[in-house]
Amino acid sequence: MTTLARDFQRAAARVTADLRHRGLIQRALHSYEVKRDEFKGRYQNWNEARQSAAEIKWEAINHLDTYLREFITKLEARGTRVHVASTGEQARDYIVSVAQENSVRTIIKSKSMTAEEIDLNEALEHAGCTVIESDLGEFIVQLRHEKPYHLVFPAMHLTRDEISDLFQKELGSEPTNSPEELTMIARQVMRQNYCCADMGISGANFAIAETGMISIAENEGNARLTTSLPKIHIAILGIEKILPRLEDLALFLPMLATAGAGQPLTCYNSLFGGPRQPGEVDGPEQFHVVLLDNHRTELLADVEQRDSLHCIRCGACLNVCPIFKNIGGHSYGTTYQGPIGSVITPHLRGLQNWKHLSSASSLCGACTEACPVGINLHHHLLHNRRNAMHEKTLWWEKILYAGFAFIMRHPSLYRIAGKLGTIFFPLHQLVHGTLLDPLQHWTRTRKFPAPKRETFADYWRKNKSPTEATHGPS
Amino acid sequence: MKVSLFIPCFIDQFYPQVGISIVQILERLGCEVDYPEGQTCCGQPPFNSGCWDEARSIAEHSLDVFAESEVIVSASGSCGAMMKVFYPELFKGTTRHFDALKLSQKIHEFSDFLVNHLGVRDVGARFDGTATFHDGCHGLRELGIESQPRELLKHVRGLTVVEMKEAKTCCGFGGTFAVKFPSISTAMGEVKCASLLETGANIVVSNDSSCLMQIQGLLDRQGKKIQCLHLAEILART
Repeated sequence: MTTLARDFQRAAARVTADLRHRGLIQRALHSYEVKRDEFKGRYQNWNEARQSAAEIKWEAINHLDTYLREFITKLEARGTRVHVASTGEQARDYIVSVAQENSVRTIIKSKSMTAEEIDLNEALEHAGCTVIESDLGEFIVQLRHEKPYHLVFPAMHLTRDEISDLFQKELGSEPTNSPEELTMIARQVMRQNYCCADMGISGANFAIAETGMISIAENEGNARLTTSLPKIHIAILGIEKILPRLEDLALFLPMLATAGAGQPLTCYNSLFGGPRQPGEVDGPEQFHVVLLDNHRTELLADVEQRDSLHCIRCGACLNVCPIFKNIGGHSYGTTYQGPIGSVITPHLRGLQNWKHLSSASSLCGACTEACPVGINLHHHLLHNRRNAMHEKTLWWEKILYAGFAFIMRHPSLYRIAGKLGTIFFPLHQLVHGTLLDPLQHWTRTRKFPAPKRETFADYWRKNKSPTEATHGPS
Repeated sequence: MKVSLFIPCFIDQFYPQVGISIVQILERLGCEVDYPEGQTCCGQPPFNSGCWDEARSIAEHSLDVFAESEVIVSASGSCGAMMKVFYPELFKGTTRHFDALKLSQKIHEFSDFLVNHLGVRDVGARFDGTATFHDGCHGLRELGIESQPRELLKHVRGLTVVEMKEAKTCCGFGGTFAVKFPSISTAMGEVKCASLLETGANIVVSNDSSCLMQIQGLLDRQGKKIQCLHLAEILART
């Protein structure tokens, strides 16, 4: 087992033993489910909408070269500087160099998981800049020196009291557990920051090829201020964010909000097409768009799992995942948590190091059912398991299953194995649930059933044998 | 109608009563029941562990065993899904792909077979008690079985059925997942148990014995006097 796999097991064991934490997450996601179902009900046919969304993303991803070229050409025509980064390092270096060339000291940033993916804040801080997160949830986890807990709700693991304690300690505010008052405390700090920031960094929810624009969906209005007050705006986004046409947003913006947050539409939806144009009175003087590959083209080359590039990072798969609900977001140790993270992290950061996430699933399929763009998430977990075994064989498992397969191909051996089981079962009772129990991973928390002396095959032979002669194996 | 039974290995060994109940119900409904001998496992454990070569060698044995069958009824939604959904993928690009597709078309999960193929909703069963139904994930999401078992339970005399909030939430079994990640699997099972206890039911019914093994295992350990029964065990009682 790799260190990462061991860390994962330990973190999962810690959170599953924490009933308060599990209860908090489950209650929060239950409220989400109620709202999501309410707004899903407003669609004439939610599943047809999902199908349309999947088809549009299929079109975009399978013609990514064409659409990216169109997107870049249109953006550049209005004076945007587009940088295509093959790796996280290239993206970081570019953004740091823009900051340095413009003598940037303070950076305000709206929510971007792509920036998290490449540890952008650390790189900028290393270069001497101060980075302030303007999304409330991100601001809270930044104050706690934590990574986001959930790719859409970064601070969902914290109660109002915990946030109040944090604000008292870090911002010197008065104690309160009113959400409005807590928001006002953050807002007062934030308004100052918007005004003095030299640069704003944002992510993007969609990139529209037809018009050369990025679309940002948000609820707090912080992205608008982040992108329009400072004189430089840098947007960083994965190359998979492409949508072919502006009209596609009519489907995708409501779907993103409904599937991800249980809202009909996010409160603020903005499009950005370039820096301040001649004759315009506001907007940033410089607009940079950084398009990040970071192994996405390798995923594009994988025909079987290419559809995982359809992902719009709505978080719906996390919200319904029984694993996520019980181990929480930090246990994964990844930028992208939950089912989508377990599928793509092995591609982004190495299969052998991250394959344990694909194994840590009961394959229940709730994620695939919830995904608004039809990614076959739980089947991809199976594909990752197969690819991991193919790439680097785990010999003990391979030998175990070769033996298992040999027995299962020989019905007489299978019968003998079954009979041996009934003989050894009484002996097993002596060690049941103890450290000596070979089945302890099951029996520590669960009773193991007794094998029956008369199997179904025995019953059939005894009671229904006249038919046996005519219906034997071929 | 001549029907071949598929009784997966763990039902054969641990829950033979499920198979016997299915035989009784199908015979009561006028089917000619056949049990192709030599059947063992569907190959799901190695398949889910990434050992597809080993899974394929077991699956090939199943293709042979059921080659002559016209209609196959599976006692488990999960093993049924393995044959119906995953065999075609497992054999893609091999000489047995066509056989896998043929088997996929012939196999039906038990409750789906009764409702959608025999057109039966009332099998004449009587069972006194209060039950809650647990959807096995493979049956629910791979095979789309949701209303069928509920329709059948609705027509059981003497039985009150109460829906639990988390009926469609995974019980945490997941095959080898249950022993590879015991703390996660147990936590998921605890959520399931809390939800079913909330209903006040004294019986938990499912169309998958593997889920019931997980749920019963946890309930027994918690000292709860609740019985887990396969749908067929309820429907066989008159």
